[in-house]
Formats: sequence, structure tokens, C-alpha cells
Amino acid sequence: MLKQIEGSQAVADVVALCRPNVIAAYPITPQTHIVEDLALIVGQGKLDAEFVNVESEFSAASVVLGASAAGARTYTATSSQGLLLMAEVINCISGMRLPIVLTCANRAISAPLSIWNDQQDSMAVRDAGWIQLFAEDNQEAADLHIQAYKIAEQTFLPVMVCMDGFILTHAFEAVDIPEQKQVDDFLPPFKPRHIVDPRWPRGIGLYADPRFYMETRYILHRAMEKSEKTIKEVSADFAKKFGRDSGGFIKTYKLKDADVAIVSMGSVVGTIKDLIDQLEEEGKKVGLLQICSYRPFPRQEIYNVLKDKMNIVVLEKCISLGRGGILASDIRWSFPRAEKKDRNISSFIAGLGGRNITADDLRYMVERVEKEPVELEFLGLKKELIADKDL
Amino acid sequence: MNEKAEELDRVEKKDLFGSGHRACGGCGQALAARLVHDAAGENTIACVATGCLEVFSSPYPDPSWRIPFLHSLFENPAAVASGVEAAYKALRKGPVNIIAQAGDGSTADIGFQCISGMFERGHNVLYVCYDNEAYMNTGVQRSSFTPYGAWTSTTPMGNPTRKKNLPLIAADHGIPYVATATVDDFRDLQRKVKTALSIEGPKYIHILVPCPLGWGHSGELTVKICRLAKDTGLFPIFEIREGKITNVQKISVKVPVEEYLKLQGRFRFLFKRGVPTEEVAVIQKIANQNIERFNL
Repeated sequence: MLKQIEGSQAVADVVALCRPNVIAAYPITPQTHIVEDLALIVGQGKLDAEFVNVESEFSAASVVLGASAAGARTYTATSSQGLLLMAEVINCISGMRLPIVLTCANRAISAPLSIWNDQQDSMAVRDAGWIQLFAEDNQEAADLHIQAYKIAEQTFLPVMVCMDGFILTHAFEAVDIPEQKQVDDFLPPFKPRHIVDPRWPRGIGLYADPRFYMETRYILHRAMEKSEKTIKEVSADFAKKFGRDSGGFIKTYKLKDADVAIVSMGSVVGTIKDLIDQLEEEGKKVGLLQICSYRPFPRQEIYNVLKDKMNIVVLEKCISLGRGGILASDIRWSFPRAEKKDRNISSFIAGLGGRNITADDLRYMVERVEKEPVELEFLGLKKELIADKDL
Repeated sequence: MNEKAEELDRVEKKDLFGSGHRACGGCGQALAARLVHDAAGENTIACVATGCLEVFSSPYPDPSWRIPFLHSLFENPAAVASGVEAAYKALRKGPVNIIAQAGDGSTADIGFQCISGMFERGHNVLYVCYDNEAYMNTGVQRSSFTPYGAWTSTTPMGNPTRKKNLPLIAADHGIPYVATATVDDFRDLQRKVKTALSIEGPKYIHILVPCPLGWGHSGELTVKICRLAKDTGLFPIFEIREGKITNVQKISVKVPVEEYLKLQGRFRFLFKRGVPTEEVAVIQKIANQNIERFNL
């Protein structure tokens, strides 16, 4: 049913339709509305689940770890510092192959404190063995949660659904919330693989000495790579059953004939598409490659759609300090080293700490890379705020 | 004696925490873990913290457990156990005994917040702290359960602070059952575990477990040292039910702390050519305060 609701409400409604057994909740802006809405859904008896109000994000992650190991379908959500506080458990969850679903309402990290959106938080755990799916809008954010449970429970990999804080979590949009029966038909009950149960005593979380550890990491890495197939299948199945495209590996917009290819992920792709339409009217051919699955990284897909593009620009809301664009590095790595050395891949950092990314900013970016490649540039940087010695 | 009292007093030996583990000879923690799980029985899930117990009992591929064992991190067994309990409730499974357990470093320091959260939320979980008064798994560093005057590798001149009193802090959360125990008295320890597991809600049992390696005593003295810890007043044995201290184990013949200290290498430097320094008097004062406070 189409509802005009807040992004957080849409996520809460859809998570409830996925029938999690245990939800761990801890407040942090801009995620909080999601767990508040779920608290009400559980409180009103619309969802039969244990709602655990924990004392930190660290414990939120630990509670869903324990619950998942005991055979429950679980859910938690966080942002920014909360995700960083969870980091130790986040790594443990994937190592233990627990199919937990978590929403990351993307937010900048301290210091300085900023409650506003960028994507530095989820980037901080990009190597942790979690599937990371990025939502473009609230409909996709909602849809990705339904897919996330299916992907997680088929691959025994945890899934993080990333949605831009405030821009999506607090935006009121029309979102189609499916019927319970639709979700039930799509998402079968969770069948755990190993659980702690006195009827079948087994150890979960044993330690591995150097004879065994490396193999566990290899298997986890391969599982991440192999999850590509599941992510695509689940997305295709979702499209068939729900009648709309959501998720998957990558999406493109007017990319085929484009002279300049913009690569990005998250909610900013909406603004980029608007600009592409405007530029088209002005006779410029610009296209978009949108990354939906950041981990596993769709290297082959990216290569397939970008191999003929000689002018590529990567726009991202995060940075590897001392190194540069993170997504840009991944994109540069997607091409064989020897191939087309004159291919330009420019890197722009934008929107850190909630700085608006305007159509004018993006237009400037396109015009800039039409002239020459850009190794690294902060879009919309106010140089007047920076002392000369710090430039 | 009625049937229930008989059952409580029976010493259980089921080897649920089996042989083949890699603990040192005389390890108090290994003995305590065996007693705790044998008392709890087969219908039990052990949520264990990283630490000595985890390391000596759970190497892949041959763990020493005959009951379900769940380990994830150093500081989170209380939160993990909370999750297991929530799952059992949500899935309408059980009843089952869920025992979160850790050493003193995990319990008193890094995992303190998780434990407080578990108590406050009222999960039906028994938390067992194996207190060997320092971080033994990493090589004898000070924890906030390290007693005054003790040598550790990070208090080479003796620990300048007094031990945190977690049983009382636990009781002040309003949880229904708290108890202290040592590994010399099997019957008492197992009775407390059985009692705790018969009560709904969060429970806390604090067990003193001598560590021959970290305390500097030979393995066969583990039991004797436990008795001296009690008889000196340094480790009071009691239960707290619904906030009220009950069942305090009285000391029949009070022993000076010197007798306890001089058996252990970690306190050796408190004696100069066999003569106690003034630090020993400070420790005696701590024992006297315990004796007075708990009416030992």
C-alpha cells in the first residue's frame, strides 16, 4: 500500500513485516526513529518479538549475535559512533557467519562531532565481511531490508543496509509498503545452520590457531564473492514478485552513450540524474553508474559497463585520510593495469558532515573533468575558512 | 532432610566440562567451571568470555565441552547471554539454564557495562565470575579485582588500590540472588549454582579461583589457599537474596592474613627476611573490616 511516510517509518514497517524475533535498540541520531517506530509496533502487539533496550551499541550488536546464534531472526540499527562502537562485534558476527541484518543510517564520524550525513561510518567497517547495500531512496531502503534477510539467510553473511541519514531517514516520501502475505511468500522462515541448543551440544566461536585461522578468512572472502549470485537472484526475484527494481549489484542511467561517466552511491544519485537530464538538453552526454552493492564489490560489472569510458568521475561522501577517495580507489582497481593508460578517473569528495551537494556543484564537477582529470578535489570546499598554512 | 534439600546438597559429577582441557595444574578456574556446569546439568548453554577458560577449553577442533558453548568476545558474554535468552523467549523454547561467565578482568573492568545492563534489564541469566584477581591469560596484569599489595606485571611495586566489591554492586541492581563461593567447598558452590538457577531473573555468583601461575603458589595449594582466604576474612562467603545479606559463612577460627599471604609469591615482597612489613597490617585491616561488615 502506498503511504506518505518518513523513511525511518518505512524501514520499521518493512522490518516488522520480515518478522524478526529479537530486536536490539539503542538510540543514536539519525537512526533513532527506526527503533522508536519498531518499539511501538512491538508494544502494540503488531509484531511478536523480543525488544531489548540495551545500554550501548556494543551490547546491541552482542545481543543480536547471541540471539542469532540461538536461532532467532534479528534486527538492529545504528549510525556513526554507534557503528564504530560496534566494530569489534561487527567483525565477530561475520566471522561466526551469523545472518544478522542491520540498518546503518549513514552519518559523519567525530571529531568534530557532526550528526549530519556522509558515508564515513559504514566505510569504516567495509572490510569486516558484511554485505553492504546502499539505498537510493526510501522505497529502495524499504525494499532492501526485505531482500537483506533473504540474502543473509541464504549466504550466512550479515547484511548492512546503508541509507543516508536525514536525507532519507527523515524524508517523507510515498513508499509502497507491501502486504504481510507478499513478504511471507518472498521470505521463508529462518532456518539456522548451527545453533546453541542443549539437544545438540556444539561449540560456536571456538578459537583457531595458525593451522586453521587463514582458511576461515579465505572461506569468508569466497563467501562474500559468491554472494554476488544471491544478491542478483534475490533482486531479480524481488522485481518479479513486487513489480519494481530495487537493489542488485549496479544500476546505470543514460550511461551507454555518455562521454563522461559519474560513479556514486546512496541518495546523491537522485541529484546526479536530474543534472544528467539537464545536461542532455544542453547537448552533453553524461551518464551514471550507481553502486548498489558496495561489498561485495561489483568489479566485473563495473568493468563491463565502464570499459569503453575514457572519462570517469567518482563522487563519494567519504575519504581515506592520507590516501584519498575510497570508492575512487576501488573503481581505479576495477580496470586491468595495462589497459588504456589514457583513461581518466577523477576523484571528488563531497557532502562530508552534511554539506549539501547541489546541482551547481555537480555541474562544476562535470565541466572540470571535461577539461582535465582531477586526482582529488573536495567539492564545495570553503577555502576562506582554511588558514594558508593548512591549505 | 527433605528431597529438595538433599538435591541441593548433592555433589554433582557429570563431566559436562570434560577432561582434555589445557589448564595449568591446580587451576582454580578449571575446577570451578567443572563444578558450576556439573551443578547446572545438561540443559545448559555456556556463554563464555575470551580469557583463560575459553583458551584452555575451546581450541578448534577439540573443545572440552559437552554442553553448548558460545564465545564471541572478551567483554560481552553478559550481552550475548541476554541475546540468547531473548531468542529462547521469542522462539518459545526452553526452559534452559543460560550461564554467562568470565574472569575478573572481563567482569570487573571491560565487560562491566554489559553486566550492569544485563542485571538491570532483568534477563533470566546466571552470571558467574571466576575471580583470580588479575588478567592471567595475558600474563598477570592488574585488574580492578586485584587485591591491595599484590604483585602483578603492571603493579611491580604492589597494587596500591583495594578490590572492587562487585557482589554488593550486583545486589544493588536489585537482582534476586547474589552469592560468593570458593573452589575448596564443592557442596557449597554447587548448592549456590543450583539455588541461583532455580530463581527467575538475573543472578550473580562470584567465585574465588586461585591461579598457581599468577599467584605464585604450587598447584596442590589451591584448595588450602581458598580456605585461608575465607578464614582470614579476606574473601567473605555469603548470599544476598532480594538485597538482604543471608547465610554468611562464619569463620570458626580466625587466621591472621600473614598465613594466607606468605604462601603466595605475589605477596612475597610484603615480608622482609620473613618479617611482615606495614603493608601486611593494611591488609589485616581490610580483613578486619570484612569480618565486621559481614559479621563473619
